[in-house]
Order: sequence, then C-alpha cells, then structure tokens
Amino acid sequence: MNTKRYLARSTAIAARALGDETMVMSATNSTLFTLNEIATVIWEAADGTTPLEDIVADKICVKYDVAPEVALRDAEGLVMQLSEHGLLLISDQPIPRAKVAAA
Amino acid sequence: MPGVKAAKQRSDVVVEIGGLPIRLRSSSSDFIRLVQERYAGYTTPSNDPHFNFDIDLAPAGTESRDEDLQVTWSSGRWLMERGDFRAEWNPSTARGRIEQTLNPYSLDSVLRIVHTLLLAGKGGFLVHASSAIRNGRAFLFAGVSGAGKTTMARLAPPDAALLTDEISYVILQSGGYFAVGTPFFGELARAGENLRAPVDCVYLLAKGSENKIDPVTGADAVRGLLGNILFFAKDPKFVKLVFDAAFDFVSRVPVRRLTFVPNSRVWELIV
Repeated sequence: MNTKRYLARSTAIAARALGDETMVMSATNSTLFTLNEIATVIWEAADGTTPLEDIVADKICVKYDVAPEVALRDAEGLVMQLSEHGLLLISDQPIPRAKVAAA
Repeated sequence: MPGVKAAKQRSDVVVEIGGLPIRLRSSSSDFIRLVQERYAGYTTPSNDPHFNFDIDLAPAGTESRDEDLQVTWSSGRWLMERGDFRAEWNPSTARGRIEQTLNPYSLDSVLRIVHTLLLAGKGGFLVHASSAIRNGRAFLFAGVSGAGKTTMARLAPPDAALLTDEISYVILQSGGYFAVGTPFFGELARAGENLRAPVDCVYLLAKGSENKIDPVTGADAVRGLLGNILFFAKDPKFVKLVFDAAFDFVSRVPVRRLTFVPNSRVWELIV
C-alpha cells in the first residue's frame, strides 16, 4: 500500500463496547456484527484523522506480539470487510469529524 | 395503489395495545366491523386516542404480493409501503393514513410497525417471542420461525395467561420492563390476553432431547435478543434507540437458553 488510508466509523450504525468486544449494528439492514479485541482497537481508533498504518503501529504492534507486516495485512483485510458492510469509511484523505460516529 | 374511494361518512374504532389507543376510521362500516372482530379484547371506548388513522379501501385485486416492506422517514412523516398497503404517519400531528384492500392483515402489519416506532422512543420494543404470565411474572420465549414459540404457548398450563404466541410487546415503565398482551398472533390464531406483568426472564428457544436451562450472558445475550427484535425502519436514529434498549434490557433482565422437548413437562421449569 503506497498511500495512507484514513478510517472513519459510519454514522449509519449503532455500536457498543461489551468487555473486550464491540457490537455494531448496521442501520441500513439491521445486521449485527461482533468485533473481537483487536478489531475493537481499530474500530475505536477510526477517527478519520489517524491513518491505518499508524493505528497498527501505535495501537496493535505495541500491545500484541505480531509482526508489523502481518498486523497491517490483517488490519487491511478487516477494514475492507467493515467497509463492504457499510460500517467503516475508507479514504486516502482525512475524513471530516462530521462523518465520524462516536466510538 | 390506484382506485381509492373518496371518503364519505366514517365509522371508527379505537384499538389500544400497550396502553396506546389508536383510532381507526374508515368509510366502510364492514371494514370497521372486521377490525372490531379482529381486535376483540383490545378495542376501547376511549374518546382520547393518542393517534388517528384514516383508512381508505382500494378495490380487491389492486394489491401486489411481490413488493418488500419499506419503512422510511421523510419530511416529518413515516412512510410505510408494501405490496398490499401504503401508509403514512405524522407523529407530530398524531395523524396517519392507510390505503389497503379490505383485509385485516395489512392493518395488522401497519399497527406492528407503528408500535415498533412508538416503543423505540420509550425504550421498548417488539420481539419475536411468545410470552405468558405465571405467578405474576412474564416469561418470554424468543426464537425464529420454527424455534417453538407457538409450541410453548400451546403447552402452557392452565395457570399461565398467554400474552401472545408470536410477537411480544415489551415496555419500559417505572424503571422496569413489562410484557403486555397483544392481538398479534402466529399459528395459534388467537389473540393474547390483554394483561401485563414485569418480565422475569427471556428464554432463547432451542429444541433438544431434554429439558434444561442454561444462562446466557454478555454479548451472547445481546446477540440472542437483538436477533429476535423487530427492526422495520432503516433509519439510524430508530436503530440506535432499539439497539440501546436491547443493551439496557439485557443489563436488567436475565436471558437464558431453554432447550426443550415439546411436551408439557417443560413448563415445570418455568416458575
């Protein structure tokens, strides 16, 4: 990946943390998703201004025993899935705060 | 839906579910009689309904069975549309309008939708569950079609008052959750008793080779409940309200898994 990717939680969702997990419901089709501990870290950091690479480096690699390239590859797969379900916005530019749902 | 007749002299009936009286008016006295029969036990002489709906009847045969339900918020109104009805409801004026053919099922669907929207603003919800009151407490039996909701209702002992075999109506009142009777029925084809009681427990139904109860906690409890709650509206505000209500409910009311053999002995566990 050559350009930075910025992530923002969609505003068309409802979300709640429950222990180490986060439950997210799509407002467009009422589908419920459960994010595990690491996915929750990415979800909470998806503020529209922090690139995915920084989230992985600063929030995941420092906390979990995982190689940076592996962590980044897994994170890319996760955010693509969340984006396909309309839960996460992905952009190569910072995303305005108005388009970011609260964690 | 084309061919709607002009309104003339209108008959009416007030249907009260969950303490929310709704006046239904139609120029067809035959249709109002049909509504009175369908909602027997839930009609009231109230002269102060919270909401009013005018129902215009379209000729038979103008409905389509193919269209999916759409519930949307637009310009201060809820719009509800399916092949067999078209309805709109303005919560601020407390008035609405329904176009449908002469049948009780379309109105039943509209009322279910309206009540989900009303309940969402009050911390309540409708859930796919049969429910009954026993010893002054309400028990809900939640599950998808075929899970055993109607079976549990059929097996209920004489001392249990059946609230519904299909759609349970949960309200938040005085800081607690109550289940109330509804006329919304499933295979049992019988309205529930118009009663209410504090919710003791929600059982997630599973058929098995023995009767047993297992606790369900945390995310599993929320998932189990949310998976059965009715979400008609594709509206972020509505979804968030119901989502939050489910979390609050699970924080106050036990959720358990009821594995059961379909015979009346299962009710020995429900006390």
